[in-house]
Amino acid sequence: MISKPVAFCGAAAVLAAALAAPVLAAPEQSADKITDFTLSNGLELVVIPDHRAPVVTHMIWYKVGAADETPGKSGLAHFLEHLMFKGTATHPAGEFSQVVARIGGQENAFTSYDYTAFFQRVPSEQLKTVMAFEADRMNGLQLTDDVVLPEREVILEEQNQRVRNNPVARLGEQIDAALFLNSPYGKPVIGWRHEMEGLTRDDAIGFYRRFYAPSDAIVVIAGDVDSQAALKLAQDTYGKVARRSSILPRQRPQEPPPVAVRSLTLADPRVEEPTMQRAYLVPSFMSGKKGESDALEVLAHILGSGSNSRLYTALVVDQHVAVSAGAWYDSGALDMSKFTVYGSPRPGVTLAQLEAATDAVIAQVADKGVTPEELARSKTKLIADAVYAHDSQASMARWYGAALAAGATVSDVEHWPDRIRAVSAEEVQQAAREWLQKTRSVTGFLIKDTSPKAERRS
Amino acid sequence: MTRFLAAVALALVAFAAGHSTASAMTIEQVVSPSGIHAWLVREQAVPLVALNYAFHGGSSQDDPLKAGSAHLTADMLDEGAGDLDSKTYHARLEEKAIELSFSVGRDYFRGSLRTLNDNREEAFDLLNLALTKPRFDADALERVRGQELAELRRETTNPNTLASRSWWSAAFPDHPYGRESQGTLETMARITAGDLRDYVRRVFARNELTISIVGDIDAEAAGKLIDRAFANLPARNDLKPVPPAKPSNLGRRIVIDVNVPQAVVNFGGEGIARHDPDFMAAYIVNHILGGGSFSSRLYREVREKRGLAYGVSDQLVWFRRAAVVFGGTATRGDRTADALKVIEHEIKRMAEDGPTQAELDDAKAFIKGSYALSLDTSSKIAAQLTQIQIDDLGIDYIQRRDSLIDAVTIADAKRVAKRLYGGGLLVTVAGRPKGLTTGPLQE
Repeated sequence: MISKPVAFCGAAAVLAAALAAPVLAAPEQSADKITDFTLSNGLELVVIPDHRAPVVTHMIWYKVGAADETPGKSGLAHFLEHLMFKGTATHPAGEFSQVVARIGGQENAFTSYDYTAFFQRVPSEQLKTVMAFEADRMNGLQLTDDVVLPEREVILEEQNQRVRNNPVARLGEQIDAALFLNSPYGKPVIGWRHEMEGLTRDDAIGFYRRFYAPSDAIVVIAGDVDSQAALKLAQDTYGKVARRSSILPRQRPQEPPPVAVRSLTLADPRVEEPTMQRAYLVPSFMSGKKGESDALEVLAHILGSGSNSRLYTALVVDQHVAVSAGAWYDSGALDMSKFTVYGSPRPGVTLAQLEAATDAVIAQVADKGVTPEELARSKTKLIADAVYAHDSQASMARWYGAALAAGATVSDVEHWPDRIRAVSAEEVQQAAREWLQKTRSVTGFLIKDTSPKAERRS
Repeated sequence: MTRFLAAVALALVAFAAGHSTASAMTIEQVVSPSGIHAWLVREQAVPLVALNYAFHGGSSQDDPLKAGSAHLTADMLDEGAGDLDSKTYHARLEEKAIELSFSVGRDYFRGSLRTLNDNREEAFDLLNLALTKPRFDADALERVRGQELAELRRETTNPNTLASRSWWSAAFPDHPYGRESQGTLETMARITAGDLRDYVRRVFARNELTISIVGDIDAEAAGKLIDRAFANLPARNDLKPVPPAKPSNLGRRIVIDVNVPQAVVNFGGEGIARHDPDFMAAYIVNHILGGGSFSSRLYREVREKRGLAYGVSDQLVWFRRAAVVFGGTATRGDRTADALKVIEHEIKRMAEDGPTQAELDDAKAFIKGSYALSLDTSSKIAAQLTQIQIDDLGIDYIQRRDSLIDAVTIADAKRVAKRLYGGGLLVTVAGRPKGLTTGPLQE
């Protein structure tokens, strides 16, 4: 990611990885520079050396996600992600996973609006094995209804688990749907249930043939490997996959300028703690002008990250109107993104009172700006997080992969700390003024449903 | 959306499968100038220091009427200490990007610290202040208690929490292990600053303190840092003994009614002590049945073949005075009975027949090979070293681990499978599972 928090999946997932971004190469890393290659079939390869342990993290990022689905087929990108484990002409279902397990590896996959990624973490000497399997399933997937239909039940259970059983996630879906008037970011990554129920084998294969190709993929390898050796392995595996016509550039329906203050209320019988969440339509690193997302990043930290943040100190500590409050910003999206503030009122405080108090905190930043101390503190923390990120090869692979899959470059990621360092107090204030306007936002309230029918057996 | 997410957030820290940075990692025994012992791994690639430590005496030390005291103490330690009030303390941490965290399990209070090397002395000083002079100011206490109460209220309708709480309280009635560390709405409301001070006095001491450090630091400097944080703690703790216990209510199913589309299931039975000679065999057999990979029997039967759930898994959980095997899944109400039938069948089949030789070989390979992956960041290494010390496995455990795994035979595996899964299950279900009620499990 060009940015801080990484959103690995839809709805609730923006909360997923709280750490920060990659960093300037520290002196001791200069010998182990991050390198970036493009194979003749268009596949991009990024190598991030880390020789501390004899393991590698191997990831492939396809530049396709839920936002690329045909209307009416929501959930298809994620469904295909599941089905990618169902075997190819050369390797029957389960073989890849079995081999990974046998060599002591870990694997998984995830889907977002803008990308779909698969990874394995294995002993370094097994890197070629997993690369060969991954290259094989880039164009060799074979699906039958015997595996597709039970897997459709699995994603429906996943939707139950992530969304239907979780009132906060349900609220998030409704806010996104109201915020994005035209962008496909308005539908959930997991899909709308009625559309998920109708997804078929042919839908999945069609999507696969359209989007999974070497020129739409980025392979990121972090760990105990040097760049030339990795390049050779990539040429011997991915390099053999035939070039196909590329789907790029990625053009999705764009948002019109937002003009209305919107709000919605979701009542759910299981709600014991009312909450408020507000999302503003704001630029991401890719969709914004130079510097805009960096200022929003710092603004999100000052406004809503941790115990020193404006929202927490004002609403929770000083005014006693909230039990929790904060903000986050997703700068990693390809298209217009969102900036979210949230809070839960203390018992006896209404959501309207909490909203008014929240508005006042935001207005104060927009009107009066931020102090030099909080600017310095926030930048220190953000930049230190980038140093901490270097301690985890898996985190490094994820940050570079997510950023590049959204269209950023290795250099964009490497210079993230410089850009954060350069953000001025004026730019933070300007970001608050320009972007945190209520006409750009949807405010969602989650309340308890106390109507008699709510207790009816479902 | 990830492809696989453990169905239940297991409330307990378990020994992550994995290992083998053996060749690349040297553990040094450090003794601080004041005589405190610690393990150190030097790691110079990244300019940081990661500390992980544990005090014996977790939530088992809580007065049952004030359950949640240890947990609330952990919440409150960074809310002001010494001359620094809550705001000032938090600002100090962030100005130097120092990360402190505190958590409580049944048996241990655990903490971790991460700091840039340049700020390490200040980081350890701030930790010392938190451990020795926490303020527990009234306003901060009420604010944090308010957050805990909000969370507890939220959990009264969360099927994951309901299933899990019900399982533990039925398995260990009238025993500290049956209580969640967070306490309840009633007990959380009763806790006073005096209770927190009492917990600190009884638990934060040098005699049962386990410390691990990983980072760009040598033994001498590490020893000095350890003293900055821990040297002025009392010499001895003052703990209430915890009696040994075995899980009860095996053979029973408990259904908790909550209006959700998907029922959450927990299941489990008696486990195996960490020091039992059969532990490694049990660990391997459990991996085959329901460990976290895409190849386990439960994953294959419940998810892959039948599409009954997104996740299903089980794991060994061990405490100082009890051990269980504990698992979970989540599945729609009209098919919960089917999912449970499959799970019970697989457990019975494993108890009767054990694993195959091929399954055993694959599992051994995985458990050996994947250990390195659990030791790939400074914080993970530090946490693992603390666990190895707590479990009293010896400083050479990482070197010995492969041979302990290799020594498990198919006969061992079959015998242990019977022992582990033949003793009956306690099952809890939160939701509206069609056709299932509280009562004895059917054969």
